[in-house]
Amino acid sequence: MTPKRKRLWLVVSSLAVLGFAATLVLTALNDNIVFFYSPTQIAEKQIPPERRFRMGGLVEAGSVQKSADGQTTRFRVTDTNKTVDVVYRGLLPDLFREGQGVVAEGSLGADGVFVAREVLAKHDETYMPPEVAKAIKDAGQWKDGKK
Amino acid sequence: MIPELGHFALILALAVALVQGILPLLGASRGDIRLMDLGRTAALTQALLVFVAFGALTQAYVTSDFSVVNVVANSHSAKPLLYKISGVWGNHEGSMLLWALILALFGAAVAVFGAGLPDTLRARVLAIQALIGVGFLAFLLFTSNPFERVSPAPLDGNGLNPLLQDPGLAFHPPLLYLGYVGFSVTYAFAIAALLEGRVDAAWARWVRPWTLAAWCFLTLGIALGSWWAYYILGWGGFWFWDPVENASLMPWLAGTALLHSAIVVEKRDSLKSWTVLLAILAFSLSLLGTFLVRSGVLTSVHAFAQDPARGMFILAFLLLVTGGGLALYAWRAPRLTPGGMFQPVSREGALILNNLLLCTLAATVLLGTLYPLFLDLLTGNKVSVGPPFFNATFVPICAPLFAALCVGPYLGWKRAEIWPALLKLRVAFIAAVVAAIVAATAIDGRATLAALAFGFGVWLIVGSLGEFAQRLARTGYRMPPRAALGMTIAHAAMGVVVLGAVGTGAWNSELMQTMKPGDRAQFHGFDVKLERMESLQGPNYIAERATLAVSVGGKSYTVLQPERRLFAVQRRQVAETAIHTNLLRDLYATLGEGEAANGWVIRLYYNPLAPWIWLGAALCALGGFVSLSDRRLRVGAPQGGKRARTRPIAHPAE
Repeated sequence: MTPKRKRLWLVVSSLAVLGFAATLVLTALNDNIVFFYSPTQIAEKQIPPERRFRMGGLVEAGSVQKSADGQTTRFRVTDTNKTVDVVYRGLLPDLFREGQGVVAEGSLGADGVFVAREVLAKHDETYMPPEVAKAIKDAGQWKDGKK
Repeated sequence: MIPELGHFALILALAVALVQGILPLLGASRGDIRLMDLGRTAALTQALLVFVAFGALTQAYVTSDFSVVNVVANSHSAKPLLYKISGVWGNHEGSMLLWALILALFGAAVAVFGAGLPDTLRARVLAIQALIGVGFLAFLLFTSNPFERVSPAPLDGNGLNPLLQDPGLAFHPPLLYLGYVGFSVTYAFAIAALLEGRVDAAWARWVRPWTLAAWCFLTLGIALGSWWAYYILGWGGFWFWDPVENASLMPWLAGTALLHSAIVVEKRDSLKSWTVLLAILAFSLSLLGTFLVRSGVLTSVHAFAQDPARGMFILAFLLLVTGGGLALYAWRAPRLTPGGMFQPVSREGALILNNLLLCTLAATVLLGTLYPLFLDLLTGNKVSVGPPFFNATFVPICAPLFAALCVGPYLGWKRAEIWPALLKLRVAFIAAVVAAIVAATAIDGRATLAALAFGFGVWLIVGSLGEFAQRLARTGYRMPPRAALGMTIAHAAMGVVVLGAVGTGAWNSELMQTMKPGDRAQFHGFDVKLERMESLQGPNYIAERATLAVSVGGKSYTVLQPERRLFAVQRRQVAETAIHTNLLRDLYATLGEGEAANGWVIRLYYNPLAPWIWLGAALCALGGFVSLSDRRLRVGAPQGGKRARTRPIAHPAE
């Protein structure tokens, strides 16, 4: 093989790998990105049931109820403007508490209740997920210095 | 008094770093040997000063000096000594000080062990290393001073985040930083080479040990973090494709590619400018990782509270290091003499394929990690990219990488034949196919992809060990060089990791049950009985502990005692999992909330092959260390300094 052919071979194989990767990435992005909506956006948009998305806000004080067996938790998430009912079956992360920020992933049931498949844990109690901070800011209730 | 000494030492270190960053560079361009030699003295002085600062902060933590803000915010007098010490780097300021310390120690190591380097190259490497140090020391002094005082001093501190009070996490940051910061040395070598305008086999021999050492520590750091997440977060998972995890994976992928391309430079004097580029990228990705973790621009499971001003500083520094490095590369790389071309089917060809695939993997992770950021900036939509994306992209690209991994070592340099190599791999191929079929039929008929991945794991192990056995037979059972031994260990270890990941990821099962004392649960052939619930008093927490008696076929097998700890100072609960392992599978129990009337929620997991993930990662790092001890890598070492180069680097981890 001449040096030119070899270089061509190198370029073609690189492009093949990158093309393969790009195809994978594009299809995967199409199918697998998960949107984040605040309670206000959920109320405004018609999100079809079964569509997976993330939602977040503050866990409303006094809204957390446990089922008798302790495995199912119902609570309300608020961005101080609108609230959404959430039901979650499983162990809640250690930092889940009333009045704290929370992000949950799941989908809306037919009755409008958000069925969470995952409630995200945080390592630090002063941490506020950026989406939640923005959702509360958008609802016009953000106070500086608030945790 | 001592914190002020620490603060003062840090300021002096910045001044010394400035001198070390400027004068040796001038000396190298003017040919002034005195200015060049200044770099060595300055590097040692800087390391000593930063060490004094770090020691001062550690002293404040150990003696619980609550007149220091940082100690108040992150420590408590009732905390066990280990966590008082690990608390030093369990916070933003302290962890940045650790960064600066490791950076300075690496600089000092180059000064001590680089006596065999050409004067100009050593001067330039030390200067670049110092300029990076200037960035971090300035960052510490101007935005995150760990020695700030508070008056009046509170009686006690706020305590360390309970999740961090864990032996696994105590050593995770130092190891990870040894990896991240280790790439600063390769970056410094790359920039110095561009300034010199010369990259040759000798350069590659000097660079490779540093890359290898950094890579080993990074491997251990990632593994320790993943192990910690596995047993503390209580989800039974080990990798969540979270931005913070991805941040450590990207430099690892780039570093792995660099490790392999440096071999081509060393052996064949080819692929030079690509290797220099990789060295720049590996360190840039390390800085990007630090930025992502410290700035909080992405929602992460592992996020800690952040300060945007600090994020901006790191971002600016990242742009300077990456942009500056790439600009210099664009300007100077064309001057590097091109190496010879070679046949596609050859050792070099295989290593190029390895680089191509590893870089594609790194790019995929980078895209998936930053995509939410781009989309937010462009459209304002908040999205997250989670495990499904990475499973659909990362895993398929791993397949050709793993397939080729076993073939590469059979190919000779310059020119090779593919068929003889494949023929020698027939045993591994048959073993892999059998393993895949067995996995698909006997273990789980539905998970065909998992069965395929299982086959790949077996292929990696049998293929790598087979190559080693054939090499032994060929050389009359003489021990091959350590580098070859290290390669075999690391390659086979990848197979072990794959098997562990498939076993845990695809074939795990879980059971959640609400139990009262006396209740039983049937799980995977185990009879699990909740014997009793009790309260315990720990050093700085109170705990609820469940005692689960596990029996098989009526015979008592083991006792699991998961806990829920309530840390009084932070008023936070942390679940402590109980794991029984026999190295083939983990039986894993976590305790949820509950009370006597309704019972407690108990969650049980059965994770086949889970220990293999960390066993494999540890073996992988071991392979690296074995390779590092190879005599050939010490060609550039000084006369009379024959002791292993790893020695000074290993110190901070202890």
